[in-house]
Amino acid sequence: MTIDTCVGSLKLERPGIVASGIMDETGASIARMLSSGAGAAVTKSIGLQPNPGHRNPTFTEVKGGFVNAMGLPNPGIDLFKEEMGAAIAGGKVVGSIYGATASEFVTLAGKMEEYGATAVELNLSCPHAKGYGAEIGVDAALVKKIVSAVKSSVSIPVWAKLTPNTHMLKEVALAVQDAGGDAIVAINTLKAMVISPEFGKPFLSNKFGGLSGPAVRSVGVRAVYDIRAAVDVPIVGVGGISDWRDAAQYIMAGASAFQIGSAIATKGVKVFDSINKDLEDFMRDFGYSTIKDMVGVAHE
Amino acid sequence: MSDFIKIINVSEESYDTKSFEFRWDEKASPGQFIMAWVPGMEEIPMSLSRTNRIKSITVKAIGPDTRRLHELGIGDSIRIRGPYGKGFDIRKDRKTLIVGGGVGTAAVMPAIKETGADTIIGARASNDVIMDDIASKYVKNLWISTDDGSRGFHGNAVQLMKEKASSGEYDVVMACGPEIMLYHLHRACVDMGLDCQLSLERHMKCGAGVCGCCVMDDQRVCRDGPVFTRDQISAMKDFGVSKRDECGRIVRLG
Repeated sequence: MTIDTCVGSLKLERPGIVASGIMDETGASIARMLSSGAGAAVTKSIGLQPNPGHRNPTFTEVKGGFVNAMGLPNPGIDLFKEEMGAAIAGGKVVGSIYGATASEFVTLAGKMEEYGATAVELNLSCPHAKGYGAEIGVDAALVKKIVSAVKSSVSIPVWAKLTPNTHMLKEVALAVQDAGGDAIVAINTLKAMVISPEFGKPFLSNKFGGLSGPAVRSVGVRAVYDIRAAVDVPIVGVGGISDWRDAAQYIMAGASAFQIGSAIATKGVKVFDSINKDLEDFMRDFGYSTIKDMVGVAHE
Repeated sequence: MSDFIKIINVSEESYDTKSFEFRWDEKASPGQFIMAWVPGMEEIPMSLSRTNRIKSITVKAIGPDTRRLHELGIGDSIRIRGPYGKGFDIRKDRKTLIVGGGVGTAAVMPAIKETGADTIIGARASNDVIMDDIASKYVKNLWISTDDGSRGFHGNAVQLMKEKASSGEYDVVMACGPEIMLYHLHRACVDMGLDCQLSLERHMKCGAGVCGCCVMDDQRVCRDGPVFTRDQISAMKDFGVSKRDECGRIVRLG
């Protein structure tokens, strides 16, 4: 019995991946996450220019998770070269990138490949950055154009991270498939807002943010199930996973691997090790010899 | 984790520093911090200067956000999150020397109260010395240093610490202050074979160990710290050398 898995052609020794945005702005920090039992780590989303992100407040705890509007802070792709050098010394690193146009994505993906990224993850789903992320990721035609352009410019796998904040999820997933995308990552955070009643104002400086954590898990599982029903592209499930049972739900809905974000904060970096162990126990008990045997079983 | 508190008392600690007291039942330990926000400012991390049921933050007006907090009075609300981070590891069996530099003195006040340990408060000049009146109620030996010699020892807090610790009677130094002070204090402790725990600072966003923007090497100041051990700090290449700006770019410390 083994918990290694494949996302398309990419083999991972362990099925859990550090989600984009979590302790992954610097090389040393990514390397630390990789040594904690994750099969790979996704970088913070990197753009062409340095970006300070939104002003504080950018984050708060809510019942069932977190709401954040970091606003894609990053040092820019050129300075990120040094961070990638330190990060890939620790293991497999997926480079997350964001742009406003296909040509921006192409430039960024080329740099990530040059820096040694195992794959690129296109951020088509951040819910709190004007002109980026979810604002382009709900346009199936644009998604197809971006994924096609990146696919024809790099030789590493191209993953598309999608937003659940749309009724067009199936169309967008089909666009990724038509464009030859190597995997779909679902879901990003749910667009959200927190109001401070005592002040009568939204708490986040950006007003809107994205909800993550246990509260979004059932939405994510449903989204992965819908995507699996619509396309054959490998899926990486993400959203509210904090234990083996959450991870198993995503796998049975159709995901070949999964990512963890918020639970790294609530449970600590050891969350990967404990999920790996518990998932193995579950597989042994229930007669699954590989992760692959579990993928999508809820559809049968 | 997130709460609204009402200010129940404001004390002037010096010409530019005020403490704001509030009742908050959340458990907190010496060295932990909160994120504080009111409309019209950026949310900022603030060390707790009291950690009992009545808690406080001590704010030096140095920028727009801290000046905004200074406008607040009794009855006003602050939205806070926390408490966050790993504080001081206080053990009764170790003889402790506490050092506070400037407004960093506020962050060691709860440790001073809990241990009653010998304490050094350092400042630029006599009118920058804060909270010595409170500290003197809890400790037997309280020493003051000022850079300009206008009060107490003429020199910086690290020089005074070296003098007081040279007898070898202390097991550990606990400190908070400007990084330049902590840098020299750390070096002195390594040279003297003395253990230390230092409260460090970096630009913070989430405060809760999620975003990774406050890292020093691979350690999150907000979650793995803000108090780090001597050996953890010895392993940090960033300490005293560089920090990250809000974009995550490396900036050399001046």
